[in-house]
Formats: sequence, structure tokens, C-alpha cells
Amino acid sequence: MSDTFELAGTNFTSRLIIGTGKYRTYDEMKSAHAASGAEMVTVAVNRVPLDGSSESFLDHLNPTIRILPNTAGCYDADHAIRTARLAREALETEWIKLEVIGDQTTLLPDNEQTLDAAKVLVKEGFIVLPYFSDDLIMAKKLLDAGCPAVMPLAAPIGSGMGVQNPSNLRIMRERLPDATIIVDAGVGVPSDAAIAMELGADAILMNTAIAESRDPASMATAMKLAVEAGRLAYLSGRMPKRLYASASSPIEGAIK
Amino acid sequence: MITIHLNGETREIVDGIDLDSLVDKLSLAAKRIAVELNGSVVRRIDWPGTVVNDGDKIEVVHFVGGG
Repeated sequence: MSDTFELAGTNFTSRLIIGTGKYRTYDEMKSAHAASGAEMVTVAVNRVPLDGSSESFLDHLNPTIRILPNTAGCYDADHAIRTARLAREALETEWIKLEVIGDQTTLLPDNEQTLDAAKVLVKEGFIVLPYFSDDLIMAKKLLDAGCPAVMPLAAPIGSGMGVQNPSNLRIMRERLPDATIIVDAGVGVPSDAAIAMELGADAILMNTAIAESRDPASMATAMKLAVEAGRLAYLSGRMPKRLYASASSPIEGAIK
Repeated sequence: MITIHLNGETREIVDGIDLDSLVDKLSLAAKRIAVELNGSVVRRIDWPGTVVNDGDKIEVVHFVGGG
């Protein structure tokens, strides 16, 4: 079955987008990236160290993988906008994962600041992929602002708690059937990824679940399979849930 | 000498230096970097000739691992 994932005019075969943070070694990261089949990875914008110790992190990435810079570490719209502009200048890409954090402990997004930043960046020609709380109304506002996709969280960043509010994702899918929904943050294990995909997410973005696993390459393979399984299940249409049993074998004709 | 604020650190540098020379002095391994001067991005082609002034706030960024 041909089931490509289209995002802002670009077709992807893989519905898994992964991060580049927290890996113990570059080799582990590279192996995990290869195993995941991901065609896009996120990177962070950061101050160059002034002690001359800088190195070219991007050289450690497979050059065929699309790079999606993020605005991690930004706590207001202005900082996120400045970070996005710097990323565009350095990478010559309009694509930006917009992330405006509202609180250091939870890393939950500041949706209001995110929307403000999205409006400015869209006007400046950016392809804005916003990380936000799993809220239908905010999703609508971000789409109305011109974001080509929305990226609701499943759980706080790096928590590995899985989909905390499946109803919100279901509602978002049902009410926004044409929107591209990428679940970003909170996946811990492949079953979490499968659940998000079964609920109708178009893709998943994850970092810690792979990077912090004992064997990132192996976990990346598991995540790849889970995303594919969840997607197939969504397309196949699940059976209805019932409170009581429904026999699979014929009741008539059983010996008495 | 003038005082600038470079990536959050206060630095004394010689007067009359442009952004191109300043970035060069940082001996950066990363080629894909960007520079912001007082809150606005300065395009790479404009680094030569953009002279750094006393009190300027400069950010030089590159890319690191992230999610």
C-alpha cells in the first residue's frame, strides 16, 4: 500500500521524525537514525562556545536526512522568532519546529506565545510546525494562522509517559480530518507510538525514548515498526469496543 | 578598545573590527552558523563591512543535538 506522508509539499515515506539530543555517542545516534528510517531529524540552535571548543555537530548527520531546527529553550514569542530567523540564516531552510516553553519543570508549551510567534513567522515565509498542548481549539487557531501541521504533545517532553489524553487526540482527528497532526513529545515505548498512530496521528516526533534507551538502534527499529503498525491499524479501521463478549466461533452446531 | 556583549559574555575588543573578523577570531569548526547583532540577523554576505560598535550585543549560534 502506498501511504506517503505529505508535509508542506514534501512527501515522506517515514512517519517517524526523531531528535538528535541526549545520545551517548555520535555512533549511537547515527545507528539509531539509520535504523529508524526517519527522513527528518530535529536540531537545536545554541550559542557557539567562546573557548574555541565548537565542533560541527551537523557533520555527524546523514546528509540525505532533512534537518528541522527547533526553537527549544525559548520562553517567549520574541526569543522564538529570533531563534527561527537565525536557524533560517544558517541552514537556509524555512522549516522550523516552533517551541515556546511556559514552565521549566514541566516544559509545557505556552500556547499563547506559540500562536503569537507562529503568526509572525508564517508572515515571514516560514513553514511553522508548532509544538503545543493537545487542545482542539488551539490546533484550529494554529492552522488558521497558516501552520501546515500541528504538533500536539502526548505527555511532557522527555517524560516517556505515553499518550495521557487519548480523547483529545481522537477529538482533534475527528474534528480536523484534513489537518496534519504530528504527535510530538511524551512517547516512551513503541506501544505509545502505536496508540498515537491508531488514534489517527499522521506522524510522531520523538527523541528521548530512543536516545535514552539502552540500545538506541534497536529501539529505533521498534519505534519504526510501531509507527507503521499503528498507521496500518488506523487505516484498517478498528473493531468497536464492547462491554460484553462476542463469540468468535459459531454457537450453533456446537455439540451438546 | 570597545566593550561588546558576545553570547552573553562581556568582551573587550579592538576598535574598528567587522563581524567577519570577529567570527574568524572565534576559530569555529562549524560552518553553518548565524550571527545576530542587537536583535537582528546579519546575513553572511554582510559580515564584511559591518563594523562592531561599543556596547553591541552579538549572538553567534550553531547547531547542537536537540528534540
